[in-house]
Amino acid sequence: MSHHEIAISVQGLKKSYKNIPVLTGVDFQVKTGSIFALLGSNGAGKTTIIKILATLLKQDSGNATVNGFDVLLNPGNVRQSISLTGQFAAVDEILTGRENLIMVAQLRHLSNPRQVAQDLLNRFSLTDAADRGAATYSGGMRRRLDIAMSLVGSPQLIFLDEPTTGLDPEGRIEVWKIVKELAGSGTTVFLTTQYLDEAEQLADQIAILHQGKIIQSGALEELKKLFPPVKVEYIEKQPTLEEIFLSTVGKKEEN
Amino acid sequence: METTKNYFFSDMGVMLGRSMRHILRSMDTIITVTIMPIMFMLLFVYVFGGAIQTGTDNYVNYLLPGILLISIASGVSYTAYRLFLDMQRGILERFNSMPIARSTILWGHVLTSLVSNVISVIVIILVALIMGFRSSADILSWLAVAGILVLFTLALTWIAVIAGLSAKTVDGASAFSYPIVFLPFISSAFVPTETMPGPVRVFAENQPVTSIVGTIRALLSNQPVGNEIWIALAWCVGIMLLAYILAMRVYKKRG
Repeated sequence: MSHHEIAISVQGLKKSYKNIPVLTGVDFQVKTGSIFALLGSNGAGKTTIIKILATLLKQDSGNATVNGFDVLLNPGNVRQSISLTGQFAAVDEILTGRENLIMVAQLRHLSNPRQVAQDLLNRFSLTDAADRGAATYSGGMRRRLDIAMSLVGSPQLIFLDEPTTGLDPEGRIEVWKIVKELAGSGTTVFLTTQYLDEAEQLADQIAILHQGKIIQSGALEELKKLFPPVKVEYIEKQPTLEEIFLSTVGKKEEN
Repeated sequence: METTKNYFFSDMGVMLGRSMRHILRSMDTIITVTIMPIMFMLLFVYVFGGAIQTGTDNYVNYLLPGILLISIASGVSYTAYRLFLDMQRGILERFNSMPIARSTILWGHVLTSLVSNVISVIVIILVALIMGFRSSADILSWLAVAGILVLFTLALTWIAVIAGLSAKTVDGASAFSYPIVFLPFISSAFVPTETMPGPVRVFAENQPVTSIVGTIRALLSNQPVGNEIWIALAWCVGIMLLAYILAMRVYKKRG
């Protein structure tokens, strides 16, 4: 793979908090324009990896480059080329949706912050709520605004730390749609999740983080090959509660 | 890194604009900050005042400097509170992962503290005028008073930044200000120190509030300030520098 086909490259990454090792030698690569899902249980160190890659935290040892820039040597360039959407929707609740977007556009030193804000409000169906305080937004709207704020200035790579945790099923599907659109437009998406189906739905590449190491990685197809061949069995399929919820809510809205 | 330096002032402007919106949309914080000092002023002038011998015939004049310091000390606790919320909601992380001059994030909060404290100080002086406060000071003395109050605000605000960044809970973030709010009571702010018992008097005469109050009182009543102004300035500048260095260190550590 040539240099610019790789968006993230991590080798031998180690990090301990006080004397508790969190990362004990993490290696992986993320291809430019792909959706990469980092899977792991709570406390596995997913957020720690994101923080190191987003230059919020320094690793103890190992190398990490993001869009070709070393996170320790060129943090300024890394920040220029990325955007972070943390675990909790980081929107300013006292400002309106529009003001939040304009603020980020100004901080990214764009020439037309108002226009950028308006475009994103349209794209994320937030036009009606644009001039309301973000404190009044629902969880799903807040997440949408949060992701919209991350897209200001079209960064090459976006980190999404558990983007659907705490969202209702509809909110989740909405976020999934956004992520797919993003990758379709060439943005690299690095997301962490504890939901296996989310990784399965979205990711081109999946890595499983366990006890401080990547224990398995590859495309979903490759991961599936690691398991014994598929046996055909017939079972009665019960609808999941999620399917029931979505179909009844969908019917309500149609009426 | 060169580019982020060039944007220092525009980034600072954005941060300041954000915090000013916070203040204007929550005027209750200004009211909360001014009400307690005004209550103290009413209590001391109309309840205790008659029994307090200060050697001056206008007790409001005697009392006002101490009241202003109390208002500033309680006002800065909002800086700690706002900073803590930014941290808890991930807004600090969002800013830190963007290509902006990082120190502007803290400076924005500090300047906001300055502006909101100026507003509350003006409100309190207006109330004091109604209660009979009169000053024969000229413009230059008023400017000197303003300068000392600004330095005092900056010194306390940087302490508030440390508290906000290192707090674990919202309550913890603003608890640091309680001892500072009560410092004027053990000083010459309300009563002369001559009647206090030995150790208390030693403390009262050598803590920062006494020299600051003494200087402001002298300036407002057109009396010579003597050496006291230098002691007051040394306290303010010393505390400010120390708190600034510590705050920056805590901030970098949180990264």
